[in-house]
Amino acid sequence: MSRIIVVTSGKGGVGKTTTTSNLGAALAKHNRSVALIDADFGLRNLDLLLGLEERVVYTAIDVLAGECRLAQALVKDKRLKGLVLLPAAQNRNKESVQPEQMKKIATALAKGYDYILIDCPAGIELGFRNAISAAEEALIVTTPEVAAVRDADRVIGLLEAEGVNKISLIVNRVKPLMVEENKMMSVEDVLELLGVPLIGVVPDDEKVIVATNRGEPLVLGDIESVPAKAYSNIARRLEGEKVPFLDLMANQGNILSRLRRMFGG
Amino acid sequence: MLNMIKRFLEMLFPWNNNANSRSHAKSRLQLIIAHDRASINPDIMEAMRKEILDVVARYVEVDREEMKFSLSNDQRMTSLTANLPIRQVKRIGDPKKQLKEDSSLDLPKIEIVELDREANANANAQSK
Repeated sequence: MSRIIVVTSGKGGVGKTTTTSNLGAALAKHNRSVALIDADFGLRNLDLLLGLEERVVYTAIDVLAGECRLAQALVKDKRLKGLVLLPAAQNRNKESVQPEQMKKIATALAKGYDYILIDCPAGIELGFRNAISAAEEALIVTTPEVAAVRDADRVIGLLEAEGVNKISLIVNRVKPLMVEENKMMSVEDVLELLGVPLIGVVPDDEKVIVATNRGEPLVLGDIESVPAKAYSNIARRLEGEKVPFLDLMANQGNILSRLRRMFGG
Repeated sequence: MLNMIKRFLEMLFPWNNNANSRSHAKSRLQLIIAHDRASINPDIMEAMRKEILDVVARYVEVDREEMKFSLSNDQRMTSLTANLPIRQVKRIGDPKKQLKEDSSLDLPKIEIVELDREANANANAQSK
């Protein structure tokens, strides 16, 4: 049975697209067939993060207009067997698609793939409603910042109202040193505020930016790096495995902060 | 030189700084999220506050300056908390009878009842 999961956040720039591309790649690496849908019409970027931008020929709009078959619009990732992308149209806006149409596409893809991951646009307007129309589950991406957490809470409320009740939380861009110095909310703080189960913690790491520069999901590079492990672990948890959360404090900081930890406990 | 030592100490023991923006962020969010979730507009909130207070005021005298109404939440459950410091409990004869008679929120009636009670007390004293 396939699962249709929307990746959403409310606020923009918290890492929805990065999360979608890395989870897609991680699941494909676990020998799952995965279709990624870019639901951000007019501002598509999932193709770019996956390094597939030059191979986009058709988009979801072309499929809906009957100008091509669904299978023709799918861009296959040559590095990962089983991973495909359905690109969003770049020359249209979010109003050019309706929730019913998105639902049709997602359910059609669900027949051929284990996972359908939908990359939701920022906001809570039509683009959001399109993206969640077919979803049975949701991954909420947030960062430990006030605006991101507030928007995440709003989106959780909207999803619950729409009957999407299987909601898990990914806390992105955590800076363990700042948390330790009480300059940033901890993962526990965010969890307590939002009240939905945690499925992943991703540290703020330069490697994430380097990977997006290259258009190469982290799990394709150094799989021992902390962020690559973080995404791989989320994929395993989606698969039902019980994986302990990473200790982000390990090997963090300079000699001074380590000394401080030794004394301060 | 003193400044340098101070800065070094602050680097070593950051918890000495009272700038704990982490808890600040959390407490601000607790409040705003509760309001977002309840999505009660301020007018309705004010009307509700007034009605609750009127009901409570039938039985006890509330310190209106110290009282607090707040929305809070825990595990996706939002709750309204009313903190009403009581100055004095009004000794109203029979609460059940009181409820029947006072189905409206007419406050002056209570005062009448209180006067009655005093009259009763006086009557009792007299009867003794």
